[in-house]
Amino acid sequence: MISIFQNYGGALLYGLGQTLLCSIIALIFALIIGSGFAILEVVPNKFLRIIAKVYIEVFRNIPLLVITMFFYVVIPMYVVEISGFVSGTIGLILYSSAFIAETVRSGIQSVDPGQMEGARANGLSFWQAMRYIVLPQAFRYVIPPLGNQFINLVKNSSVLAFVAGFDLMYQGNVIASDSLQSMSTYLCVGVLYLILTLPLSYYMRYLEKKLA
Amino acid sequence: MLTVLGAYSWINIRFLLEGAWVTVLVSVCSIILSYIFGIILGIIRYVQIKYLSAIVGFVIDIIRNLPLILIIFFTYFGLPNIGFKPDPIWASVIAMAVFESAMVAEIVRAGIVSIPVGQMEGARSTGMTYWQALRYIILPQAIKNMIPAIVSQFISLVKDTSLATIIVLPDLMNHAQIIYGQNTNYTIPMFLALAVMYFIVCYSLSLLSQYLDHRLGTAKKSGEVEEVVQSVER
Repeated sequence: MISIFQNYGGALLYGLGQTLLCSIIALIFALIIGSGFAILEVVPNKFLRIIAKVYIEVFRNIPLLVITMFFYVVIPMYVVEISGFVSGTIGLILYSSAFIAETVRSGIQSVDPGQMEGARANGLSFWQAMRYIVLPQAFRYVIPPLGNQFINLVKNSSVLAFVAGFDLMYQGNVIASDSLQSMSTYLCVGVLYLILTLPLSYYMRYLEKKLA
Repeated sequence: MLTVLGAYSWINIRFLLEGAWVTVLVSVCSIILSYIFGIILGIIRYVQIKYLSAIVGFVIDIIRNLPLILIIFFTYFGLPNIGFKPDPIWASVIAMAVFESAMVAEIVRAGIVSIPVGQMEGARSTGMTYWQALRYIILPQAIKNMIPAIVSQFISLVKDTSLATIIVLPDLMNHAQIIYGQNTNYTIPMFLALAVMYFIVCYSLSLLSQYLDHRLGTAKKSGEVEEVVQSVER
C-alpha cells in the first residue's frame, strides 16, 4: 500500500482534487435546483406542483449511471461536444437535485403551518412569507440530512470513472492496471474516499444529536 | 424515423429483457442476503457486546462511507490477488450484499432505537430475559417501523445494479450498451427504454413503500427512520 502512495501519489492526489471539485460544483448547483423544486412542490398552484413532482420522481427513480451515460453518449453525438468531467457533473447535479428537493421539502413541511398562516395574516405575500419566515426555519431542520446528501454526492461522484472524468476512482483503475496490484490500489483509493466522507459523516451525526 | 423504430424490434426487446432478468436476479439475491445480514449486524451493533459491537459499528461506518463502485471493483479485481476469483454475477452479488447489509444494519439500529425505552423496561420487569424481550417485544415493533425504509433502500439497490456493468455483468444497462454500440441510431431509443424500464420497477417499489407506510400506520413513527433513510438513500 505504501509503495502505491509513493509511486502514484501525484495521480491519486489529482484524482482526489477532481472528485472534490466535481462534488462541490455539483453540490452548489444541486442545492439551487433542488431548493427551487422543493418550493415549487409546496406552492398553491397545482400545475407547478405537478411539474416539480414529475421532475423529482423521474430523476429519483432512474439510475445515476443512465443519466450520466446519456450526457456522455447522446449529447456529444447530437448537440455539443462536452468532456467526461462535465457530463458526469451534469448527471450528478440532476440526480442529486431530486434527492435534495425531497429533503428540503420535508424540511419546509416540518415547519408549523401556523408560521405561514401567521405571516400571511400579517400581510406578507406567499413568496415573502416563504423567503423571510418559512425557509430560514426549514434550513435549520435540513442541515444534517443535507450533509448526508453531500456525503452521498461525494460517493456518487465515483460514477465519473465510467465517463473518463479523471476522478479518484478513474485514477485508481489506471493505477491498478499499471501496477498490477489491484488490491492495495483499491485499498489506497478507499482510504482517500474515507478521508473525505468519514469525518463529515461523524460530524453530521454529532450535529443531528445536538439539534434534536 | 423508421430506423429509430427498428430499435424496438423483437430481437432487441428480447435481448433487453434477458438483461433485465439478470438485473432482477442479482437484485433479488442481494436483497435476500443483505436483509438477513443487515438485521443480524444491526442487532449486534445495538446490543452492547464488549468489543464486538464497537468493531461491527466501525466496519459498518467504513462500508457505508465508501462508493459502491469501489467495492465492486475491489471484489472483482482486488480479491483475485489473494486467490479468490468470482465471476461477474457472483462478484456483483457479493459486493452489493456487503454494501447494502451495512445500509440495512444502520436502518435496523435506527428502528430499534426509535422504540420507546419503556417497552424494554416493561418486558424485563415482567420477567423476560434481555434476549427474550428483544426477540418478542422490541424486534416485531421495530421491523414494522422500518419496513418502508428498507423498501426504499432496496429501490436504490435495484438502481445500483447498473453500476456492475463496469465488470461486464450482462445486465439491462450492459445489454442496452451493446445494442447502441452496434447501431448508433439506436442510442436515444435505448436510453429511453432504459429509463422507462428502471422507472417502472423503481417507481412501483416506491409506491409499494408508500402503501406499506399507510397500511402499517407507521407514517408518523417511521419519521426518525425516514431521516436515516434519506441519509442512506443514494
